[in-house]
Amino acid sequence: MSGSPTPHAKETGMPKHQRAIVVAMVAVLLVLPHLLYPVFVMKVLCFALFACAFNLLIGYVGLLSFGHALFFGWAAYVSAHAAKIWGFPPELAILSGMACGAVLGLVVGALAIRRQGIYFSMITLALAQMAYFFALQAPFTGGEDGLQRVPRGTMFGLLDLRNDLVLYYVVAAIFLGAFLLIYRIVHSPFGQVLKAIRENEPRAVSLGYRVDQYKLAAFVMSAALAGLAGAVKSQIFQLASLSDVHWTMSGEVVLMTLVGGLGTVFGPIVGAAVIISMQNYLAELGSWVTVVQGVIFVVCVLAFRRGIVGEIAAKLKKPL
Amino acid sequence: MPDIFGIPPQALFGQLLLGLINGAFYAQLSLGLAIIFGLLNIINFTHGAQYMMGAFVAWMLLNWLGLGYWWALVAAPVVVGAFGILIERTMLRHLYKLDHLYGLLLTFGIALIVQGLFRDQFGSTGLPYRIPAELRGGTDLGFMFMPNYRGWVVVVSLVVCFGTWFVIEKTKLGSYLRAATENPALVQSFGVNVPRMVMLTYGFGVGLAAFTGVLAAPIYQVSPLMGADIIIVVFAVVVIGGMGSILGSILTGFGLGIVEGLTKVFYPEASSTVIFVVMVIVLLIKPAGLFGRAR
Repeated sequence: MSGSPTPHAKETGMPKHQRAIVVAMVAVLLVLPHLLYPVFVMKVLCFALFACAFNLLIGYVGLLSFGHALFFGWAAYVSAHAAKIWGFPPELAILSGMACGAVLGLVVGALAIRRQGIYFSMITLALAQMAYFFALQAPFTGGEDGLQRVPRGTMFGLLDLRNDLVLYYVVAAIFLGAFLLIYRIVHSPFGQVLKAIRENEPRAVSLGYRVDQYKLAAFVMSAALAGLAGAVKSQIFQLASLSDVHWTMSGEVVLMTLVGGLGTVFGPIVGAAVIISMQNYLAELGSWVTVVQGVIFVVCVLAFRRGIVGEIAAKLKKPL
Repeated sequence: MPDIFGIPPQALFGQLLLGLINGAFYAQLSLGLAIIFGLLNIINFTHGAQYMMGAFVAWMLLNWLGLGYWWALVAAPVVVGAFGILIERTMLRHLYKLDHLYGLLLTFGIALIVQGLFRDQFGSTGLPYRIPAELRGGTDLGFMFMPNYRGWVVVVSLVVCFGTWFVIEKTKLGSYLRAATENPALVQSFGVNVPRMVMLTYGFGVGLAAFTGVLAAPIYQVSPLMGADIIIVVFAVVVIGGMGSILGSILTGFGLGIVEGLTKVFYPEASSTVIFVVMVIVLLIKPAGLFGRAR
């Protein structure tokens, strides 16, 4: 594969307005735990990371995975198991969760990219359901109870994660690092090829790109980052459970990304914040939360396909 | 009668029959999905919810209006089909020119709404639905005892599946449908009202799902979650069979039901995953699906 430079090679750095938003985001992240309940903000960050990982596939390669809970949930199980049973320190527990996401992503991705379009989504959903049944039956996942009381431990032997605020800053750093990594991936020559595949796959093939390898690489990256989010989640809530691997979780990450804006840089973060806040405030409504989520899906698809950030970007005529 | 591979024949044939019934449900649901996809280019994620609605309409007719199974068999597909037509008219219609994925997302959203509403109304535990008096009891076939209702489900499903196949492959109406699947603009220019055909096709596919739901009501309990569980399996069935062939959908559905039934006998732990395993194998060997056109 020739790593030829893209026509837009001069756009290496982040545009000014995006850089300003990132700086503002860092500032907000520093202050936020003093204004809101840190665990809530961590939850938002964790799902924002999950949604960004998902957006890497749907937004930039045009692949709709309906099984991302598989990577999120299994990574949560593996890192919870590593921390609780093997006594791994948090950094290694999180890394093993991420590795689990990458390996599962390699297997699922290799199978799913054998079909295109709508079949791709159905295959990812079916494989995720299969993994759900494994989680239900396998002894080490704790079945219906899940893995509870996962110890938080001390990161690098220095940072005591039992303190919510310390954990918060660690989570925020992980989130920022992953966000910038995704930004870098998307805006690299590799990312340009991904977008070419999204726009016109046969043309990318005729230009000599090995489309399947690109798709698989993007899938593995997305799965690994989704795994990172799941692993972090099991550290925050000290819990890995069946709801993390269930298809409703896959649906939620789709919804967050759709609400924020498919294929936008900041959309998944906004979408995650909106959906998690909504769940938080509507929690007592029980099954109505599902109804509200369904209504948001319908409204977004019919009238609001660009999502919140996509609409703002279209108004400002600047990529966000 | 001697055991077969160490399994008492009654248990073996009982599970085979149950597998055949599940297969009948898979066949009818994947048939509906395939017909809808052919004409609308949309994967109908609401299919499971519409199957569940069929079962609930039957339950409501019985418990609220005192109308029994036979009424439900006719009324539920009509009611739920009308609901489908309403969705097609007001929402799906706007998505035909867009990417496939929006149709999937929209119908997923509708499925969440329907499921949430039913769960709020009826809770998530199953509600019983009695087998109609005419079909209670069973028949001794010599090698096994067959509950009459189960035999009825298999026979009716076969009739419905092959009836659908006949209409689509052998009648003039079906030829219009097949032509519109290939090239709607051309068919429209010959004076066929394609938008109406699309609408009725969706209504039919949805009605078929509701009909399946009524058939399922006495076997499984009527529950708001029954559709979500089955639709993902049906997706796997569709991936295995490919949506290009009507007969292929029917064969794949029944075949996989039997495979699942046999797994329940010989290795029950894998019975919930065996269809997904078959899907993986098919993807490795014949990525286009057993009856799919290579693409």
